[in-house]
Amino acid sequence: MFDALQENLGAAFKTLRGQGKLTEGNMRDGLKLVEKALLEADVSYEVVRTFMKRVGEQALGEKVLGSLRPNEQVIGIVYQELVNLMGPVDHSLHLKGKGDVTVLMMCGLQGSGKTTTCGKLGKMLKANGRRPLLVAADLQRPAAIDQLHVLGEQLDIPVFSDRTTQDPVKVTANAVERAKKLEADVVILDTAGRLHIDSELMDQLKRIDQRCHPDQIYLVVDGMTGQDAVNSAKAFNEALELDGVIMTKLDGDARGGAAISVKEVTGVPLKFMGTGEHLENLEPFHPERMAGRILGQGDMMSLVEKAQQEFDQDEAKRLEEQLAKGEFTLDDFLKQMQQIKRLGPMKKVLGMIPGMGSMLGDLDELDAEGDLRRLQGIIHSMTLNERRKPKTIDQSRRRRIAAGAGVEPSAVNDLVKQFDTIAPIMTAMAGKGMGDRMKMMKQVQSEMAGNPAGMLSKKKQSTGKRLSTKDKAQALKERQKRLKQLKKQKKK
Amino acid sequence: MGFFSRIKAGLKKTGAVLNTDIRDLFKSEGRLIDEEFLEEVRGILFRTDMGYDSTEALVEEIGKKLRGRVVQLEEVVDVLKAKLKELMHQPASPIEYAASGPTVVMVCGVNGAGKTTSIAKLASQFRSEGKSVVLGAGDTFRAAAVQQLTIWADRLGASIVTAPSGTHPATVGYQTVEKALADKIDVAIIDTAGRLQTQSDLMAELTKIRAALAKALPGSPHEVLLVLDATTGQNGVSQASKFADAAGCTGIVLAKLDGTAKGGVVVSIRQQLGLPVKYVGLGESHEDLAPFNPDEFVDALFSDVLAATA
Repeated sequence: MFDALQENLGAAFKTLRGQGKLTEGNMRDGLKLVEKALLEADVSYEVVRTFMKRVGEQALGEKVLGSLRPNEQVIGIVYQELVNLMGPVDHSLHLKGKGDVTVLMMCGLQGSGKTTTCGKLGKMLKANGRRPLLVAADLQRPAAIDQLHVLGEQLDIPVFSDRTTQDPVKVTANAVERAKKLEADVVILDTAGRLHIDSELMDQLKRIDQRCHPDQIYLVVDGMTGQDAVNSAKAFNEALELDGVIMTKLDGDARGGAAISVKEVTGVPLKFMGTGEHLENLEPFHPERMAGRILGQGDMMSLVEKAQQEFDQDEAKRLEEQLAKGEFTLDDFLKQMQQIKRLGPMKKVLGMIPGMGSMLGDLDELDAEGDLRRLQGIIHSMTLNERRKPKTIDQSRRRRIAAGAGVEPSAVNDLVKQFDTIAPIMTAMAGKGMGDRMKMMKQVQSEMAGNPAGMLSKKKQSTGKRLSTKDKAQALKERQKRLKQLKKQKKK
Repeated sequence: MGFFSRIKAGLKKTGAVLNTDIRDLFKSEGRLIDEEFLEEVRGILFRTDMGYDSTEALVEEIGKKLRGRVVQLEEVVDVLKAKLKELMHQPASPIEYAASGPTVVMVCGVNGAGKTTSIAKLASQFRSEGKSVVLGAGDTFRAAAVQQLTIWADRLGASIVTAPSGTHPATVGYQTVEKALADKIDVAIIDTAGRLQTQSDLMAELTKIRAALAKALPGSPHEVLLVLDATTGQNGVSQASKFADAAGCTGIVLAKLDGTAKGGVVVSIRQQLGLPVKYVGLGESHEDLAPFNPDEFVDALFSDVLAATA
């Protein structure tokens, strides 16, 4: 989507290239596309209107209209404004000391994922050395109590329930009492799903609130919710004064515009997001990632974070040093790919890369693991020298490598070409800050866009994308600076 | 309560929002239809979740027919209604019962859409028509899903086929149809675990369940219903498209329409995929299920406006 948006914006502006400046009318066409993207992502209509007004004022400013790449500027403004809308974040659960009992209460519509989220929070708390107690306060839905008990068993977390009463207020009050006896320090209340217009059940929530005084009340919102998110979030916030929002089911292809709507009407921070059915799939909410997702930009930050967790740190450091020296060999390429493989199923990883999100449909048929294996085979069939200097691979060597790897000689060619594309980027990336890296990734992405299978043959680029002499000098300077730093570190 | 009043009661809030808004636009004698007016209409339509293209099509229609005129309320309502009915037009589509032997209905949807509750409602509906029902507890993944369905089966006087947690759902489906055949039961409803439409392995599982049903009884499943949460936004289109691909959906059960959500995404779905809505869920009780009728659906949305001005 982001690609489509970027492309459409580009097309809208391109017509004017060569004629000098961009007009306001053209900009308005471009902004209309942004509006469409937001509405299709289920951002509330009112929010979109005010948002577009704000973006419009900035985009129509002289700075953007006069700039070389107005489409990129506009996307930048949109992205930043989205981040502003969804921030600031607060990932703390505001737990009291371990001797005290902190009460967390979950509420939300039916089927938003409250019970599963309770389990996920319990798991997270337990991993952090807390002693959670899950409380089955959903006496409405058949077998909801059983569901929580099963979760408790899986997680080895105690569950409090009382099948003799129909009054959740009583259950929760008793549970908080019991927590002290069980030496639990965090009580998680799983309330029944209810409609925000059901005044009787909303009153019941208020009674639980008054009786148990939860320290934190979280609204659980289905990430696929449409325009109605505004109505329900508002009603829950008015009834309970929420402390935070947890978005669920964000592992699908929903763009999650409801996040913006909910944040806008309640003003409370978005805390966590559910990204899978398994109990460890709960992640802190990051506005930057969500903004990217709403625009269809992929989840680069998550990938980076995950990579940091999974990557072999020493190997990464060695690679970093190599890169700083301007060296990046096929061997490094191979090692990198092996590390990427460790991140998990290729498809999930690819989905997090900007520009890949929209292509995930095609990826269903893509045998990413197989491709990777083939590439590995090719590289393994090379001599060390060939890996270091792929330029030495001539026709006869190519044939030998292909025979060794059991592929067509053209596959060897493709790989070398791919490497040619990536190597300079990797080298340039070394020693850059996160922002610059993101920018570079965008460049990679645009190069990959026409080539979703990842077989990125080196394409002829428009001159606009090439590094200017100044940029090159800058990159060189930074590389040398980085090298110095590394040397210094080694001396120490 | 008749069908019309029931759907109207369920949609009351929905209708109220839409109608009040429209009425606000026509404070006195009539209003000039201009850009500002159209923008307001656009906002109202967007709030129904009917999606960008459907909304733009409707607004364009109004603009084309009425721009520059000062109109009465009924005129705009008529235009909206006509266009909506045209968009939602579909052949009357009740459940297709098998000519002989049991009718097999498979139910699927994303997590938390309301599958199990909808199955209970369907079973209740079939039971009230004097049909015998067997439920297949095919959600062997989610904790306590089998218990939830068992409780419903007991309440509704339906039999149920269960299997231990972790059993392949296709096995449960096969056994359910076998039981329906052996006991001469009229309708077999197969539950499936909730899954997001992007989980291709789980979507493939649906195809497999379908195949298992067909193996047990050629020609089945006779209906594959996708349960769609009415609060769902534009992702509903992706859900419908991918579930239809994997499971061969024959229709939609639009659940949770008793809230303030409009479920307008079915307009997009209908428009893009041609998948009809068969039932709407209007409450938590097992009786709160009504067959979907597009004309009445649209009329119910607007009936308050006409009643107020008549």
